[in-house]
Amino acid sequence: MKKLSVSLCVLVSVYLSIPAPAAAQTYRAPRTADGKPNLNGIWQALNEAYWDVEGHAAAPGRVLALGAADAVPPGVGVVEGGGIPYLPEAAAKKKQNFENRLTLDPEIKCYLAGVPRATYMPQPFQIIQSPQHIMMIHQYARAVRTIYMTNHTEAPADSWMGWSNGHWEGETLVVDTTGFNDKTWFDRAGNFHSDQLHVVERFTATGPDHLNYEVTIEDPQVFSRPWKMSMPLYRRKEKNAQVLEFRCVEFAEELMYGHLKKQPTK
Amino acid sequence: MKHRVFTSIVVLLLVTGLAAAQAKKWTPPRMADGHPDLQGFWTNSTYTPLERPRNVNKEFYTKEEALEVEKKAAEQEGEQTVPGTIADVHYDFTQFGLDRSQSTHALNLRTSLIADPPDGRLPPLTPEGQKRAAERAEAAKLVGRWDSAQSNDLDDRCIIFLGAGPPMLPAGYNSNYQIVQTPGYVMILFELAHDVRIIPLDGRPHVQRNIGQWTGDSRGHWEGDALVIETTNFNGKNPLRGSSENMRVVERFTRVDADTIQYKFTVEDESTWTRPWTADLPLKKTVGLLFEHACHEGNYGLYNTLVGARLEEKRAAEEAAKKGK
Repeated sequence: MKKLSVSLCVLVSVYLSIPAPAAAQTYRAPRTADGKPNLNGIWQALNEAYWDVEGHAAAPGRVLALGAADAVPPGVGVVEGGGIPYLPEAAAKKKQNFENRLTLDPEIKCYLAGVPRATYMPQPFQIIQSPQHIMMIHQYARAVRTIYMTNHTEAPADSWMGWSNGHWEGETLVVDTTGFNDKTWFDRAGNFHSDQLHVVERFTATGPDHLNYEVTIEDPQVFSRPWKMSMPLYRRKEKNAQVLEFRCVEFAEELMYGHLKKQPTK
Repeated sequence: MKHRVFTSIVVLLLVTGLAAAQAKKWTPPRMADGHPDLQGFWTNSTYTPLERPRNVNKEFYTKEEALEVEKKAAEQEGEQTVPGTIADVHYDFTQFGLDRSQSTHALNLRTSLIADPPDGRLPPLTPEGQKRAAERAEAAKLVGRWDSAQSNDLDDRCIIFLGAGPPMLPAGYNSNYQIVQTPGYVMILFELAHDVRIIPLDGRPHVQRNIGQWTGDSRGHWEGDALVIETTNFNGKNPLRGSSENMRVVERFTRVDADTIQYKFTVEDESTWTRPWTADLPLKKTVGLLFEHACHEGNYGLYNTLVGARLEEKRAAEEAAKKGK
């Protein structure tokens, strides 16, 4: 009997000491007035996905003059189950994009980052949550996403940030986005999509200051099957944290239009 | 006795008048935290000019006069695109519904948006303000509008539109806003170039003074049912009628009925004007939704005008060379 209770004790303590994988999912976020998980806050990714969503070793940068300052920091990658399943033609285009990334990357022209790239840019974004609309306001290029929580409609036209309809699945905010154009990339490495892109994002609070961000990418013109990325998003904890202006158009004008300047008369 | 009866009648009239006024007082819908709910889609589109026209010397029109003024203004707006005029290379305002008469707008009986000073016009400039205005005019003479991207207007460059504010003044078209509230913050999204203001309501201090921003740094609080937003930290790169980076703007949003937010703002800038000035314009409820205005991404206009300007210079130089021979 004693033996049994001892082993039971051991069993229980062993069980308790195992970090339960379910624990993260059972976190219950504070609620908004309408009883939904409260995701309000200023959030930011903390990884190297903005350089390359796939795993990559450190590499030289794009701008010779910047030397080591522009070099690519290594990253283990955020794509689940290995690489991105490109169709053969698309794989060739990705390679081309990479080779010409200094001229083709839309970020260099201060273009809207698209989805999901906006979420893991190295700048914060803020969630402003109401029962009807969840707004995601990105510091980079002041991009705004409206997630329609009620009254779901189809995208009226293609756009850079897409047309997002959202709903709650328990603790998780699920955002379904379509209506994209084919002009945005996933990162600085030339990973891309077509206008057939369909993105499903899942935002789940795993603690007071963390969201688990999971994205499923579907685009039959570019990928042989749907694929997934996942990463944590971190709350910006500074007590004066604030999304500031990164109105970058003026920083790109000289590059984009400098060659069209009036030349001084000789 | 007679006197007493008269007095009681007056009192009675006053009391009933008061009761009637109270009955009429509209109460706004409220958020869970008890503050008024200002959420939804709004427009400040109007034909009312910021400053009172020189030939008008009263604060308000009658309704008939206001409608007449609007009608004339709408006709003028439509004329912008009469075929054969220079302007007809631009959008057809009436065809695409860009003229204000086709969109929701509040009928404003004010003869000017400026309500104070009482003459409805901007106050006189300070000596410093005059000096700055002269310097800006001088600098502008040295640069042609089409010399470079940077010499174009800010809205042609898709950097910022007038309606972004603060203060939020009506743009020529798409003067549409969306307000979303969440505990501790108000967000105001302006449609043109997806310009968004995030206003903290938690009483935190402004960011340090050297952080200048195009839309400044806003802090909000509630005064009764009025949302009051105070903004400083402008970068001075998009002056409002000659303002400097020292401008301070205080806006008051009060929901006065189901379809209207009274929007009043006061601009202070001691280095520009001899006194503060205040404007008063309604925000009228409009139909959403707001669509993405990716202005910079689709800015063929800027590229094409620059290409055109260089081509014209080249032609002019060739003409001159021919004549020289």
